[in-house]
Amino acid sequence: MSSHTAHDEHHAHDDHHHGPEPGLMRWVYTTNHKDIGTLYMLFALLMFFVGGALAMGIRAELFQPGIQILEPELFNQFTTMHALIMVFGAVMPAWVGFANWQIPIMIGAPDMALPRMNNWSFWILPFAFTMLGMTFFIPGGAPAAGWTMYPPLVLQGGWNLAFMVFAVHLMGMSSIMGAINVIVTILNMRAPGMTLLRMPLFIWTWLITAFLLIAAMPVLAGAVTMLLTDRFFGTSFFNAAGGGDPVMFQHVFWFFGHPEVYIMILPAFGVVSQIIPTFARKPLFGYESMVYATASIAFLSFIVWAHHMFTVGMPLTGELFFMFTTMLIAVPTGVKVFNWVATMWRGAMTFETPMLFALAFVILFTIGGFSGLMLAIAPVDFQYHDTYFVVAHFHYVLVPGAVFALFAGAYYWLPKWTGHMYDEKLGQWHFWLSTISVNVLFFPQHFLGLAGMPRRIPDYAVQFADWNRISSLGGFAFGLSQLIFVYVVYKAIKGGEKATDRVWEGAHGLEWTLSSPPPYHSFNTPPKVTEAEAHS
Amino acid sequence: MATATHDSYYVPHGTKWPIMGSIGLFLMLGGFATMLNGANAGKTFMAIGALVIITMLFGWFGQVIRESETGAYNAQVDVSFRMGMIWFIVSEVLFFAAFFGTLFYARIYSVPWLGGEGMKGVATGPVLWPNFEAAWPTNGPASVGGAFETIPAFGIPALNTAILLTSGVTVTLAHWALKRGDRSALCRWLFATVALGFIFLYFQGVEFGHAYGDLNLTLHSGIYGSTFFMLTGFHGLHVTIGALMLLVILLRSLKGHFTPERHFAFEAAAWYWHFVDVVWLGLFIFVYWL
Ligand SMILES: [Cu+2]
Repeated sequence: MSSHTAHDEHHAHDDHHHGPEPGLMRWVYTTNHKDIGTLYMLFALLMFFVGGALAMGIRAELFQPGIQILEPELFNQFTTMHALIMVFGAVMPAWVGFANWQIPIMIGAPDMALPRMNNWSFWILPFAFTMLGMTFFIPGGAPAAGWTMYPPLVLQGGWNLAFMVFAVHLMGMSSIMGAINVIVTILNMRAPGMTLLRMPLFIWTWLITAFLLIAAMPVLAGAVTMLLTDRFFGTSFFNAAGGGDPVMFQHVFWFFGHPEVYIMILPAFGVVSQIIPTFARKPLFGYESMVYATASIAFLSFIVWAHHMFTVGMPLTGELFFMFTTMLIAVPTGVKVFNWVATMWRGAMTFETPMLFALAFVILFTIGGFSGLMLAIAPVDFQYHDTYFVVAHFHYVLVPGAVFALFAGAYYWLPKWTGHMYDEKLGQWHFWLSTISVNVLFFPQHFLGLAGMPRRIPDYAVQFADWNRISSLGGFAFGLSQLIFVYVVYKAIKGGEKATDRVWEGAHGLEWTLSSPPPYHSFNTPPKVTEAEAHS
Repeated sequence: MATATHDSYYVPHGTKWPIMGSIGLFLMLGGFATMLNGANAGKTFMAIGALVIITMLFGWFGQVIRESETGAYNAQVDVSFRMGMIWFIVSEVLFFAAFFGTLFYARIYSVPWLGGEGMKGVATGPVLWPNFEAAWPTNGPASVGGAFETIPAFGIPALNTAILLTSGVTVTLAHWALKRGDRSALCRWLFATVALGFIFLYFQGVEFGHAYGDLNLTLHSGIYGSTFFMLTGFHGLHVTIGALMLLVILLRSLKGHFTPERHFAFEAAAWYWHFVDVVWLGLFIFVYWL
């Protein structure tokens, strides 16, 4: 009986809050999935430029042989921080921002399942990156042993180790809470009729990504904790004199590290699988095989980790096992690429900015996939290991891979988020400048690597000078091109042509049945989902 | 009836607890890092941060308990909480998996290699440490931390196994009592569970004291001491957390919270307790016994 009054109280309470809270504190206290999604994405954009600025420093130093602007110690800090910031501060939070915005409106839910925890998973991040960033200003400077944090080198720095370890712990907490929220929302908050095999591919890929996060992030936390105790509490995990093994760290780290690359790329697969059907005006080819391919990739990602360690001296059986499992990943990935191409086959295609970025993704990510296949061959990897070929490979899958998919998704949903069409002309400029410059930036690094230029070193032999100069010029052009994106986003937030509900004539899915922008509480009454509106 | 609930999914509006938690974590961990690097000011920040976190925990959980007791959560919210707890426990399992993986890797691969076994051992062991013979337990070729003795499995560890297994039974009996609506039995069995948890921790403390004081088995005792204390230490921390969770559940039961149908918090704490129980079995077998 007492609960009856409580019930009424809550209704009265709800009536006061049909919109956002007034003032700036709205953003600090918010439990709304769209507010939190926006925060995540803006934070990721900021980190993209911080990490990008470090990359510009690296490319400026590598513009010509010899030491120009960055002393070797600072150069190492730049490469380490560039990677940590781009991986944990830009790409991952950007995808969680997409998840926050899109999952509720694509499955017909009022919000994320655990809204308060949702707030926390975002608001840990600014503190984590403050802790990481302030290492530039402490004795010994920022971490400089590479984002992979290999001992014993990482244990020999200044003050930064403890700060880096705790920053990684905080990022891990944030990711795990975000992942739990995604899983619970998808499994428990779907509208009636939204069966698992009617879910849009973006939802599927994020669900699987969330499982990867829950399995991988705690292992990273364990790995860095052992670094901390080896440095400060006298343990011997990675010290052979005490019976430990520095290579053991690499095993634990890469057990996290390889799934981590799929954490960054699976949502990209999802976004591209939403966009290509819309602009090809055909349903996605092989929907179910896409789901199974994603799940297979996720499973395989846990049994391939030592392909990062072919040269450390593993038993032959280990080399063979990890070589073959790694090459096996090409099978489900090939299924995906085939399906994207088959979706476009005989489609009525148009080439708006989201589609352009998605197409570039398919082609350029595949190039990164092929160089990955080359690296997977253990005997050949002995030649490529720790050269610029590796740098070229993972930048191809991460920049024209994950980042291009983020751009594709941002242009695709920006009208839905802001209620305004973005500037198509500027979008096209952004696309062409980015696509040309990113290839000028990274393609020559394949040649440098094959010719033997080692990574993570600020100086190089003179025969590498030409390709490095070209790569740096591409890098500066790519960096500048990204300012266009910021301006396009700013312009769309400020105003412009009103977006319709459906935005794109070929778009399918629940998010397009809501107004643009959607109401503050997305689906207060769950929609009924039919096969036709289910997935594109 | 206390089970009457909202017809729509409860979406809270505005919360100040998360930002407080973030500030607390930042102060505590930043302070800890500063302290580890030898600056004493870190301790002050750590203490302030810990206080902020404790305040946040009381505030946040307090608010959720009030909302739960006033029936704000419908059955769907209840399912969200359950799933959330399950996946949180899975992430904890993976955290321990990292340390178990380390233990297995050291025992199966790296220590024998260091002793010269196999192709890899031939290439490294005899070159670096020609006189080292692989064995377990070990503190490595340099005998880091000095000679030490280990704790036999069938002493305090076996007793602690019995204690934790018993507590797994008592928490189940408490659950049955709750489902019967027998509140006094619920409180009695819960009390027994919490008490067993703290007795476990007491014995664990005695064991650590014995290891440090008499056996010279410390965190510094090479790879054996490292894996031993990392695993048992983090497990002990989780037992502490689980026991505190159950203590809160006991206090809430005494206040009349929970009904035979709706008692997510009880089950969450019980699941967590079973999780620390299972981890302990792994510890007993692979750390103490084999
Ligand atoms: Cu990998």
